[in-house]
Amino acid sequence: MVNLNVDIAGLKLKNPVTTASGTFGFGEEFEDFIDLNKLGGIFVKGLTLHNREGNDYPRMAETPSGMLNAVGLQNKGIDYFLNTIYPRIKKWDTEIFPNINGSVVEDYVAVAEKLVGVEGINGLELNISCPNVKEGGMAFGVSCPSAIAVTKAVRDVYDKPIIVKLSPNVTDITEIAKGVEGAGADSVSLVNTLLGMAIDAATKKPVLSTITGGLSGPAIKPVALRMVWQVYNAVKIPIVGMGGIMNGTDAIEFMLAGSTAIQVGTANFIDPQISIKIIDEIEAYCINNGITDVNELIGGLIT
Amino acid sequence: MKRVQDFTVIETQWLNSTSYLLVLGSQSNIEEIRPGNFAEIKVPDAADVFLRRPISVYDVDHQNNTISFYIKAIGKGTIKLGALDNGSKVDIVYPLGNSFNSIESGNALIIGGGSGIAPFTLLAEELKEKNSKVTYLFGARTSEDIVLQDEFAKHGNVLVTTEDGSLGEKGLVTQHSVFNNITDFDIIYTCGPDPMMKAVSKIAESNDIVCEASLENMMACGFGACLCCVTPTVRGNECVCTEGPVFNSKDLKW
Repeated sequence: MVNLNVDIAGLKLKNPVTTASGTFGFGEEFEDFIDLNKLGGIFVKGLTLHNREGNDYPRMAETPSGMLNAVGLQNKGIDYFLNTIYPRIKKWDTEIFPNINGSVVEDYVAVAEKLVGVEGINGLELNISCPNVKEGGMAFGVSCPSAIAVTKAVRDVYDKPIIVKLSPNVTDITEIAKGVEGAGADSVSLVNTLLGMAIDAATKKPVLSTITGGLSGPAIKPVALRMVWQVYNAVKIPIVGMGGIMNGTDAIEFMLAGSTAIQVGTANFIDPQISIKIIDEIEAYCINNGITDVNELIGGLIT
Repeated sequence: MKRVQDFTVIETQWLNSTSYLLVLGSQSNIEEIRPGNFAEIKVPDAADVFLRRPISVYDVDHQNNTISFYIKAIGKGTIKLGALDNGSKVDIVYPLGNSFNSIESGNALIIGGGSGIAPFTLLAEELKEKNSKVTYLFGARTSEDIVLQDEFAKHGNVLVTTEDGSLGEKGLVTQHSVFNNITDFDIIYTCGPDPMMKAVSKIAESNDIVCEASLENMMACGFGACLCCVTPTVRGNECVCTEGPVFNSKDLKW
């Protein structure tokens, strides 16, 4: 029997496997394919204070071992989530993490305030790393002072665990991680997508309507692993690692690099059952390696 | 219910140099499929094809547990799917998307271009069951691009336009003489390149004829998780994979 429970800032997850924001809708989209109650957690689609239509089509480009997206935080706003979607999904026995976004600090605060006291929501993901919105988003996550400012402002109004989602599009991710830790973040999740672009040589035009977009999938895994390892050695708060996880072995690598939990992202598009398979594969790895507690893997890299 | 299901390739039937019917068989039952539904097909053993390929269902046989797809080999994914040996394992996510609203005891015109003929056998079968009359109008560049006419003819009258005049009337689909009496029709269904569907829906709307268009936007997931395949509608940006692929043309802001 393997203990798969992990702890993110006092919040117990039944296993380390969660699903990444923007790749799993609100969970409902996967209800036909898997038992959502088995997941450690669900990070739902990014939410903003008001309705956002997102960017124009085309928003997606397939690239070697990955894809670019430029969705641009399309969502119907926090009130619609709380009044219409959340009542449908709160029945699941898994942690639901809203992923919150804003173009100014006040927007983040306003969204966080609406989540205060909502029964069953025990933490939020503060997204300071979306590369696909014109104002805000990644702008907060690529400068230390602004990352600290938005984290502090949300910390002041929200008392449950805050997981700050970091951008890889920075010179030194440990500086940002240390900054948000000092500002009161309970955890950091990393990495969001890498800024990239795709060009159609036949038309000489960019593939995406926004020209640039966020790269995800196995193409970014080595970069993500490196950043998780660097951040693990720089902060004391737990890490939720992600970036191209396609199977249980990838997930274990992220745990060895220092992740307490992991997020499965782009893989959900290709195999809607992959998150559950990854839970099973982590358990099998533990059994095969004589590990009785999955927490033994965290930062267990032998150097 | 949507599911992931394992299939094997029963046969690949090439129709011309660029299009084929891919027939897949399964050990277990095939889910119910509505006209217009599609599947996300995983291209096996193809490291350079990262995402699944969304393909409309062409036909389904519940007695023999087979499902078939009309596919144009136009990209690396569809070329590799066409090169699979019989017996190859393929898994698909299906049934996805909404479906056409077939009318009872009416007169239906089905207009297809390019790969946009795929969903129309199932639609025509259903229309016929509902005592509706079916006329097809297929457009292509040349006669070589016009395929499966005999199959379609089982359920209705097939009209053709080719740009070079090698088969049927010469010109674009919208120049066909059937449009001289367009008000004879109660509904138009269309699938194909966007400019063709836009032109068709414009004619339909100006004649107060209901027009349903099936879109072919690029997709990642196919079931509403990634929000990549959106099209602008009167209700805002909507996913073609879940709110479509079939839209009433009046709802589209293209």
